[in-house]
Amino acid sequence: MRRAGEALAITMEDRLKMEPILDIRNLEAGVDDRAILKGINLTILPGEVHAIMGPNGSGKSTLASLLAGREGYQVTQGSVTYLGQDLLALNPEERARAGVFLAFQYPVEIPGVNSTYFLKAALNEVRKHRGLPEVDAIEFLSLVKDRIRLLELNEDLLKRAVNVGFSGGEKKRNEIFQMAVLEPTLAVLDETDSGLDIDALRVVANGVNRLRRPDRSALVITHYQRLLNHIVPDRVHVLMNGRIVRSGGKELALELEERGYDWIMPTEPVAA
Amino acid sequence: MSTPQSTIDQFVQSDYKYGFVSDIETEALPPGLDEEVIRTISAKKGEPEFLLQWRLRSYRHWLTMTEPSWPKATYPPIDYQKIIYYAAPKPKARLESLDEVDPELRRTFDKLGISLDEQKRLTGVAVDAVMDSVSVATTFRKELAKHGIVFCSFSDAVREHPDLVEKYLGTVVPYTDNFFAALNSAVFSDGSFCYVPKGVLCPMELSTYFRINTANTGQFERTLLVADEGSYVSYLEGCTAPMRDENQLHAAVVELIALGSAEIKYSTVQNWYPGDKDGKGGIYNFVTKRGLCRGRGSKISWTQVETGSAITWKYPGCVLLGDDSVGEFYSVALTNHRQQADTGTKMIHVGKNTRSTIVSKGISAGRGQNSYRGLVQMRPTATGARNFSQCDSLLIGDQCGAHTFPYIEVKNPTAQIEHEASTSKIGEDQIFYCNQRGLSKQDAVNLIVNGFCKEVFRELPMEFAVEAQKLLGVSLEGSVG
Repeated sequence: MRRAGEALAITMEDRLKMEPILDIRNLEAGVDDRAILKGINLTILPGEVHAIMGPNGSGKSTLASLLAGREGYQVTQGSVTYLGQDLLALNPEERARAGVFLAFQYPVEIPGVNSTYFLKAALNEVRKHRGLPEVDAIEFLSLVKDRIRLLELNEDLLKRAVNVGFSGGEKKRNEIFQMAVLEPTLAVLDETDSGLDIDALRVVANGVNRLRRPDRSALVITHYQRLLNHIVPDRVHVLMNGRIVRSGGKELALELEERGYDWIMPTEPVAA
Repeated sequence: MSTPQSTIDQFVQSDYKYGFVSDIETEALPPGLDEEVIRTISAKKGEPEFLLQWRLRSYRHWLTMTEPSWPKATYPPIDYQKIIYYAAPKPKARLESLDEVDPELRRTFDKLGISLDEQKRLTGVAVDAVMDSVSVATTFRKELAKHGIVFCSFSDAVREHPDLVEKYLGTVVPYTDNFFAALNSAVFSDGSFCYVPKGVLCPMELSTYFRINTANTGQFERTLLVADEGSYVSYLEGCTAPMRDENQLHAAVVELIALGSAEIKYSTVQNWYPGDKDGKGGIYNFVTKRGLCRGRGSKISWTQVETGSAITWKYPGCVLLGDDSVGEFYSVALTNHRQQADTGTKMIHVGKNTRSTIVSKGISAGRGQNSYRGLVQMRPTATGARNFSQCDSLLIGDQCGAHTFPYIEVKNPTAQIEHEASTSKIGEDQIFYCNQRGLSKQDAVNLIVNGFCKEVFRELPMEFAVEAQKLLGVSLEGSVG
């Protein structure tokens, strides 16, 4: 077990020497000739949590979908490097097995497919990729029970079909629960806080924080600052009209909360 | 990146692994059908006069009938004079034990994973193997005989238990029932027979394995299963055929009879050759299966997993004659490429407080067309009868079709009928969600399909359920790009 605070022992200089977990360079992408991302640059080092904030329609969810490999987006320029390899060349399942996890904004229901079975199949794919043997039933069950407590979810949920009949909050917590079991290297949280009440928000944030480790990173996409009270980011970026228009420390989020997005003007005039 | 549509729309050829042809010496009649052919078949089998006369009556009735045109399936007209009505692996001599079975024949069944050897004892399944309409070997006959159970080929039953055959043959499916049943009654060459005496619970699963080998042959087998009062039997049926460019006709008849408090569980995994991805070749599976719950409190349960055949036309049903009798139908029917299935059940409630349950799961992929056709009939005498039907369809891709034709006839005001139906499509978002958790597209489809079929699979005997799950996986291989 790593001691708490070990991450803090790594200095900024050390970090810069490390290979980034995610390195996005001048990324331009869109749907059907409509440009959505217009030149994104973002570097996430091991152990860092970055937050992306921005108004509706700024391209936040497009970025998340693109990182996970959802079909239907065309990349017209730029590159995305994940642990030194070209992420865009991998199909979605290869990305997932390599440790990229997307907590969905709208988790999908899969009727008839048992949650435990689903999660075990997913974990085994990740383990296979890492050259590990399939998880045995007892080991898996104890892992699952530990993580389900972390997210304060009812164990009953494991017997149900994936996301079927879950409340909105349960669905979101279930995403983080799956993340806790799969232990990804890069977690992308797409508006995980939307629709959560304050208690659920605390539980979700707690789950994310407990999983923070010097060799893992997270990209937290959110509309509101309140999630960042609980998951404290290393960097905050403001995405507007397909570009990161401002980056800063955690205090930037507070400033946005107070003043809204309007005071930040894009560096280029925005087409109406 | 590919467009979303192409994800579940690209169909590539998946291999049918039972498509081999065995080089076995066969004795066959020339193609064509007339009374002489029927007399020859009957004579070859040394049948008693009553059976020959029954065959001839069936044939004459068949001549007056026309092929049904109501199924939701299209195919070129069948030339019944081009079909070979009798083909049999040439016997070296009368078989005294399994050791004398043609080694090539044994290899064929070994390839199919059906060992005729007594080693099979460990799995506790008694097998009757039928090749080209003729039963080639039945295992465990002696063991079963200790319990008084008769399990043998139909021909043997005719020789050894003509009284039972005469008493029950055609009592559930009369030769006048339909075109294909009439044809079968005229020309059937063999099949399986089983009789479970009063109060006997059959100690093992009974299984018949059907294989068509010879080209241009029709397979017309007949299964007759009688469970006497208070008895229980579970029966499994499997089917495969070589890959051929021509279509082959399989027109079987299965009759089940359950007397008072008896229970019959009949499971089928049908994997006849479905034809290639362009719809060339494949089996026409035009089968009549019906069970008669004759006695009070009897029960007949049909479970079927239909993945093969170019065209499937079958409605395993139950006539619930005895008061308090129970009929069940659990079905998974899968159509991929250009397969067509028009299948369902008939539940005829005659007795008081009779109950029936129908769970039908249709899966369509490629250009497959899948129709559920079911009849629930409450006769005037069926006081307090109940039925529950659930018909679910799952679509994979956008070129396939699912259709539901429920027929409901209620003649008794106290009867209750419930019908639920749903149609769903495997969504791009579901597949992407699975992908994002590390599962491949194929695994995602299999997972969703197996989840969809769960209610039916759990009705299958365990060994069979595993087999069925694998089979669905293979049948859907390449169903996503």
